Amino acid sequence: MSLKNHNSILFRDGRPDEGLRKAVTMKRVDIITAVRESGLKGRGGAGFPTGVKWNFAALAQDPVKFVVCNADEGEPGTFKDRVLLADKADLVLEGMAIAGRAIGAKEGIIYLRGEYDFMRRHLEEVIARREAEHLLGERILGVDGFDFTVRVHMGAGAYVCGEETALIESLEGHRGEPRNRPPFPVNTGYLGHPTCVNNVETLALAARVIALGAEAFAKVGPASSTGTKLFSVSGDCARAGVYEFPMGITIEDLLREVGGEEAKAVQVGGASGTCVPRKSFGRRLAFDDASTGGSIIVFGPQRDMLRVARNFMEFFDEESCGQCTPCRSGNRVLLEGIGKLEQGTCSLAHLQELKALGETMQLASKCGLGQSSPNAFLSIVEHFKDEILARQGA
Amino acid sequence: MLVLEREGLGRRIDEICARHGRNRSALLPILQELQETQGWVSDFAMQEVARHLGIHPVEVYSVITFYAFLSSERKGRFVLRLCRTISCDMRDKDRVARQLEQELGVGFGQTTADGRFTLEWTNCMGMCDQGPALMVNKQIFTQVTPESVHTILEACRRIYGLYAERSEDDALVSAGALQVAPEVLEARS
Repeated sequence: MSLKNHNSILFRDGRPDEGLRKAVTMKRVDIITAVRESGLKGRGGAGFPTGVKWNFAALAQDPVKFVVCNADEGEPGTFKDRVLLADKADLVLEGMAIAGRAIGAKEGIIYLRGEYDFMRRHLEEVIARREAEHLLGERILGVDGFDFTVRVHMGAGAYVCGEETALIESLEGHRGEPRNRPPFPVNTGYLGHPTCVNNVETLALAARVIALGAEAFAKVGPASSTGTKLFSVSGDCARAGVYEFPMGITIEDLLREVGGEEAKAVQVGGASGTCVPRKSFGRRLAFDDASTGGSIIVFGPQRDMLRVARNFMEFFDEESCGQCTPCRSGNRVLLEGIGKLEQGTCSLAHLQELKALGETMQLASKCGLGQSSPNAFLSIVEHFKDEILARQGA
Repeated sequence: MLVLEREGLGRRIDEICARHGRNRSALLPILQELQETQGWVSDFAMQEVARHLGIHPVEVYSVITFYAFLSSERKGRFVLRLCRTISCDMRDKDRVARQLEQELGVGFGQTTADGRFTLEWTNCMGMCDQGPALMVNKQIFTQVTPESVHTILEACRRIYGLYAERSEDDALVSAGALQVAPEVLEARS
């Protein structure tokens, strides 16, 4: 495997564990400052500034803290964490150790989704090797008081556990139902202790930030979204796979790279993201424009967009944890609406009601799942009205 | 359930709970191990686990029903889970589904009469660039075609029963299941 390129931040060659070696010579506060100044934002999709999160966790007063690596990559169309964990497990573990040092945690947990069980042994081998090399465990790199262990915890097939409070519930042995926030996990997380939950890619990038310096990292990409991003590209394109591009690349440019120029639409951000039609391919993939946790699904000219919408709504209908009404019932009603559209029996008035329902769900749902689940439906209805209205019923 | 079986399972659960720790955080690992070794978590097993962790059995039941990979009903020796999410859907997962149904003689959500195979749908398993993807117990097969379905099922049949030649993992890997080390990716950026 060689996802190399001279602009790459994650897949560049370099001295191994450069970030960790630097971090042990830095003060805790300087590590956090560097991450904050780099402008690094959470790569799981929400885009919360990583340095701010680390700072909250560092300020929390508790002798017991945790770093959790969120490897519950479940968003449809996302597989970059799988590639990162397979090829760059060392870098991810390095980032976890740095996070541990920065916030004062001695224990790290990788929450690996159940579907990725085939990678578990590999990860545990890398952890064991790093312990033998004094890159994990007690007295890391010979530094007194720098102890940090990592273990792998398996998920059991629940999309909602990618939400950080649901993930913590799951770690504690409960149903993966999201908690009310606040309190945030950085204050009251796993077992009531301050817990810093970061995406796999975020942790790997944090290690690079320390190695390269905040300035070098911040130079890449626009000011709102610094650094590079891994994109998982699938669907109707010639070269599906994982790509690393600077943040802020336009959809058009990305499609050229992956051989998807013919596309009539692109789903940015997976099932919970938005559907971008051809006329808007000039949009940029960045936190302040078309935002994505990495999922890019390309739809060719022949795709039936209603079938796409049905697939996404079936996904949410099943994956809703059922805790709050807007999400539990709303997704079901939207799915029934798609049935009507398929039959060609959906009036425009009813469609307006469905849109209003979608907007209510965005406002009233408890967690990110319900708040974002109508996005795909709403954007497809918006942009492909001609295609989906007044069909000949089956 | 025979008394002897029950005692054996009880001892086994005692051992599993001792290994993972008798606290609530260990509940998922305990249930995952039971699921893997028993194929399901029976009422008796739930009660035993609850007793060891000092919680009500209904708590254990509620956790089992929440997670797709835990089951309070007996599953087949091999659980086949076909991805139905969009990228695999666009790569003709329907044809693979039809072939699976024909080969096994059961529909999705059902278990074959001999208790060997359970066929299920699953949501995106992160193999979108290599779909359609199929999970067989813990192993993952990618770029599954109607033709390769037969090969995979044959590999399962060969490791079942008295005449099993080798371990499940070995046999599935030799039938093409995904392995981590040599992840094939091309240089692009």
